[in-house]
Amino acid sequence: MQAYLTLVRRELGGYFNSLTGYVIIASVLLLLGFSFTDMLVKLNATPTYVPLTELFYSSYYFWLILLLTAPIITMRTFALEKFSGTYETLMTAPVGDLQVVLAKFTGTLLFYLLTWLPLLGCMVVVRYYTGEATLLEPRTTLTTYLGILLIGGLYMAFGCFASALTRSQIIAAMIGFALGLTLFLLSLRSYMPAPPTDWGAKVFAYIAVGDHMESFVRGIVDTRPVVFYLTVTGFFLFLTLKVVESRRWK
Amino acid sequence: MIVRPIIEVKNLTKRYAGHTAVSNLTFEVGRGEVVGLLGPNGAGKSTTMRILACFLPATSGTARVAGYDVFAEADQVRRRIGYMPENNPLHLDMRVRDYLRFRARLKGLTRRRSRLRTEVVMERCGLKDVDRKIIGHLSKGYRQRVGLADALVHEPELIILDEPTIGLDPHQIRQVRQLIKDLARNHSVLISTHILSEVEMTCSRVLIMQQGRVLAADTTQNLQQIMSDGGQVIAEIAATTEDLRACWEQMAEVEHFNIAPAEGSYQRCALTPRGSFDLRPLVYEQARLRGWPLRELSRSLHSLEDIFVHVTRAQGDGEGEEGR
Repeated sequence: MQAYLTLVRRELGGYFNSLTGYVIIASVLLLLGFSFTDMLVKLNATPTYVPLTELFYSSYYFWLILLLTAPIITMRTFALEKFSGTYETLMTAPVGDLQVVLAKFTGTLLFYLLTWLPLLGCMVVVRYYTGEATLLEPRTTLTTYLGILLIGGLYMAFGCFASALTRSQIIAAMIGFALGLTLFLLSLRSYMPAPPTDWGAKVFAYIAVGDHMESFVRGIVDTRPVVFYLTVTGFFLFLTLKVVESRRWK
Repeated sequence: MIVRPIIEVKNLTKRYAGHTAVSNLTFEVGRGEVVGLLGPNGAGKSTTMRILACFLPATSGTARVAGYDVFAEADQVRRRIGYMPENNPLHLDMRVRDYLRFRARLKGLTRRRSRLRTEVVMERCGLKDVDRKIIGHLSKGYRQRVGLADALVHEPELIILDEPTIGLDPHQIRQVRQLIKDLARNHSVLISTHILSEVEMTCSRVLIMQQGRVLAADTTQNLQQIMSDGGQVIAEIAATTEDLRACWEQMAEVEHFNIAPAEGSYQRCALTPRGSFDLRPLVYEQARLRGWPLRELSRSLHSLEDIFVHVTRAQGDGEGEEGR
């Protein structure tokens, strides 16, 4: 446990010791700023009682931010350590492989959540100046953040897995981006017209991350997507662990 | 009670796809010893160390550190060794004190103890004046000391250093060597290097490796002793070439000789004895009997460099013959 916490701290510290962390936060802030102005324009054009979270999600900035930042956040986890050689000092310290994988994942997930905090600020500002209570309900805000956490966890697991495969951060980012984009594009297929009996349509409906997020921003928590995210995240962390262990198989 | 050696390696083999890095290696390192692994690049030194540090598994054979198997009981082994890999990788974005404290915590020290040990190793490795500096801004010599401090921070029984002085300037090399010598007082140390003088200066025992095998293993003094048996004798004598030639030819103990003119009327004779015979008394006796002035008489003691070249070349020739 001590080693795990020490590593999580180091992982988080790594973002702030280098420029990477600040650049990521700045980029996310820029995109959130765009979505914020969009929100204001929409609110000025037509009066609405739709929660702000839903309004934010309808602008699709969420996906842009997630698809772009997830690989950048996670690319350094293993690839950088392998490249600089510190992987050897890390793996010869008395820590287990599982501890290392979980610590890296936790570190990236915490940093990712941190980049989403300004969104809360944006919404509070709108709520404060409009004085409309329905715009910002604690319940929908909470479920929105639950969605951000669950989908983010899955994308962080994709990224950690990609990073464990290579010693090049660029390649790690590309693999992570490809994995994330694939899932996103597959989820779009659920919008295509298909007979409801088609098994493919059922599968695509089950993995439709876009639909899942839409329910989360409306305040609906369905257990099926929750189970989906937890299991797939777990599966990719398991794969990452196997990649880390694979140096012992050679 | 018999004290177990700190390192016991038996028939260790490591094969990568296509080539064998370490082949049937067997050696021991006793507690409190400083042992040098000496060999050209690619001899299998780093691979051996990585296996001992539980970073790589062996293909076959066993390796034990402090009685624990490096594969089955890796966690116990890792707690007992301080390992500094080749090129000394560090987190360049961290400050010296933070890095050492992070490493101490990672190695399982309590908060209090890690704070204490960090101060102790910084003092010991001369890092007190740079403790707030970012590692990436330090000179190579300082970084090397940070690496050493990391290897020491959890008070390991065994310290494994892979090429600790590579890339340092002569002044820094001297400092690092002094540090290693100081360590030897209460730790067992295994150092790898291809710099021969380093082994001569710091190690009590040396293992010469080539192509994954140990070619020679002994104390540095013993190796020199073995090599100087059969050592050449150099004598500078003022006499004619013919007289000298006649004299050496009739001496049964001389295997072959070489005479070359030196300054003045002196001739420089290089005499190789038959077997391990010390020719010096005989040469002196001859010179005295014949009334030849003798101004130099010496027997060459081999440096570790000669031994190394001799041992590794002999091996290379053997391989060549096998191929034919």
